[in-house]
Amino acid sequence: MSTNIADHVRTSLVRKGRWGIGEILFWLIAAATLFLLPERHLILNEIAIIGLFALSLDLILGYAGIVSLGHAAFFGLGAYAAGILAKHGFADPLLGLLIAAIAAAILGFVTSFLVLRGSDLTKLMVTLGVALVLGEIANQASWLTGGADGLQGVSMGPVVGLFEFDIFGTTAYAYSLVVTFLLFIVARRIVVSPYGLSLRSIRDNPLRARAVGIPVNRRLVAVYTLSAAYAGVAGALLAQTTQFVSLDVLAFHRSADVMLVLVIGGVGYLYGGLIGAIIFKVLQDVISAWTPQYWQFWIGLILVIIVLAGRERLTERVRTLWKGVAGRTAKSPEPLPKTSVREI
Amino acid sequence: MAIALETKGLVKRFGGLQATDNVSFQLQQGARHALIGPNGAGKTTFINLLTGVIKPTAGQILLEGQDITGLRPELRVQRGLARTFQINQLFPAMTPLETIGLAVSERTGGGRDWWRVTGSKRDIIDDIVDIAQRFRLTDVLDERTSNLPYGKQRLLEIAVAFACRPRVLLLDEPAAGVPEAERHELLATVAALPRDVSVLLIEHDMDLVFSFADRISVLVNGALFTEGTVEEVSTDPRVRAVYLGESVDE
Repeated sequence: MSTNIADHVRTSLVRKGRWGIGEILFWLIAAATLFLLPERHLILNEIAIIGLFALSLDLILGYAGIVSLGHAAFFGLGAYAAGILAKHGFADPLLGLLIAAIAAAILGFVTSFLVLRGSDLTKLMVTLGVALVLGEIANQASWLTGGADGLQGVSMGPVVGLFEFDIFGTTAYAYSLVVTFLLFIVARRIVVSPYGLSLRSIRDNPLRARAVGIPVNRRLVAVYTLSAAYAGVAGALLAQTTQFVSLDVLAFHRSADVMLVLVIGGVGYLYGGLIGAIIFKVLQDVISAWTPQYWQFWIGLILVIIVLAGRERLTERVRTLWKGVAGRTAKSPEPLPKTSVREI
Repeated sequence: MAIALETKGLVKRFGGLQATDNVSFQLQQGARHALIGPNGAGKTTFINLLTGVIKPTAGQILLEGQDITGLRPELRVQRGLARTFQINQLFPAMTPLETIGLAVSERTGGGRDWWRVTGSKRDIIDDIVDIAQRFRLTDVLDERTSNLPYGKQRLLEIAVAFACRPRVLLLDEPAAGVPEAERHELLATVAALPRDVSVLLIEHDMDLVFSFADRISVLVNGALFTEGTVEEVSTDPRVRAVYLGESVDE
């Protein structure tokens, strides 16, 4: 009897660490687009970068319950760090990623102490404020950043010394996709670890989390720093693959867009950011081709519908359909916390 | 007998209000000790002082002889002082399995472990199974906590605290709100707590107090009013007076 339960407990816990068929399929398709959609590599590159950026937001929003309206601060810092580095002759992309990640992580670590106090509204305002401050610094420090003209003269070396960036965006997409995939694997591993479990417990009930002996603030600082590093890498990927950085990387709409992407895709299961990025970019592409001036109107409308109709209900229907088609998937994603959508 | 938990001259003032008034209290090792008192007697403040949620104005708190007065709440838990809550404080979106797994992982230092899948260690699994069986949660391990019947949630409330392997366990009205049908199961598990855990029970329900405790302290207006065996306290006319709301001349 007791060993039966032990087996059950083990499989039930360890199952979360295993990859489901749907997940493997997702990444196989992503890899296949490299070969099947050669003329789409530029937009696919953007999707991969936004996906990684949204993934970084999911780490704090979906798993730790930290809301942010200023995540672009880290994205932008990473972009500028990588861009400035390349402009001054350090053209190796991987070195740029590393430096960008470190710079963003340091900023994340320092600002986490401001962000982690107070209510959700306070968090929204503080994160927004940090991003605005950074945007203005980048604007004023034109000797370093190029200011409003943007950072010109970024030229990247080949990836791992072998693959030159091309005008079709093929190297760029492959590079961004691989980096996003590797960072995804790390994130996926973290969220099923005891550390990841402790984050979810803090999101659910910080009072009890503390009563279980969890140093709540330290855990939140750690995940905020990690999330900032991820966002920094996403920004660096954009700077490196477009070989240009403008103030746009720190703009408010970056922070808002990434939140939008996550709401579309859903929080708290890591794929939300990636799926949201695909939907968001494709919608933007389709709608702006159809009506260039008014695409934001439609995006706005869709956002309202998604939030009001309840994303859970929509995905539940899709999931039921999927189960009907595929029989039984190995892993059913986490049920979404209701609060997260409401908080937005 | 050794003392598990002790307060010396503990005082807490909120502005002009003396919520805890010079309380010197001792919990013996392995004790089944109840803390009772009318509403507003300062029981909750006392618990919050013990667990470190609030800091005392004056006085000392000792856990197994060591001063923990200035220690943060989570460090007290790690030293072996765990509590349950009068109103359930659970993780609604997690399963009982995850909840217990979390507490066990934290205790074994697993919370700092971010590269291993939860539950991939043998001893953690054994611990989870042991606790799930002890608190009769084996049949609901994979349910969402928010979907559990209230009685099961109450059991989980104690199970989480127990999973921290406390030396001292503070039970804050464990049976509060539990319907009659589920009550027996809960009381049985509380009675079956191992003897190496010292228990301080904060309770309104006199049946539970008399059946569980071997010593009782009475808190009135923030101060220790009296203390003694169940026999002594239950027959003390002054305690009756306090509970019936009559004035007591002291």
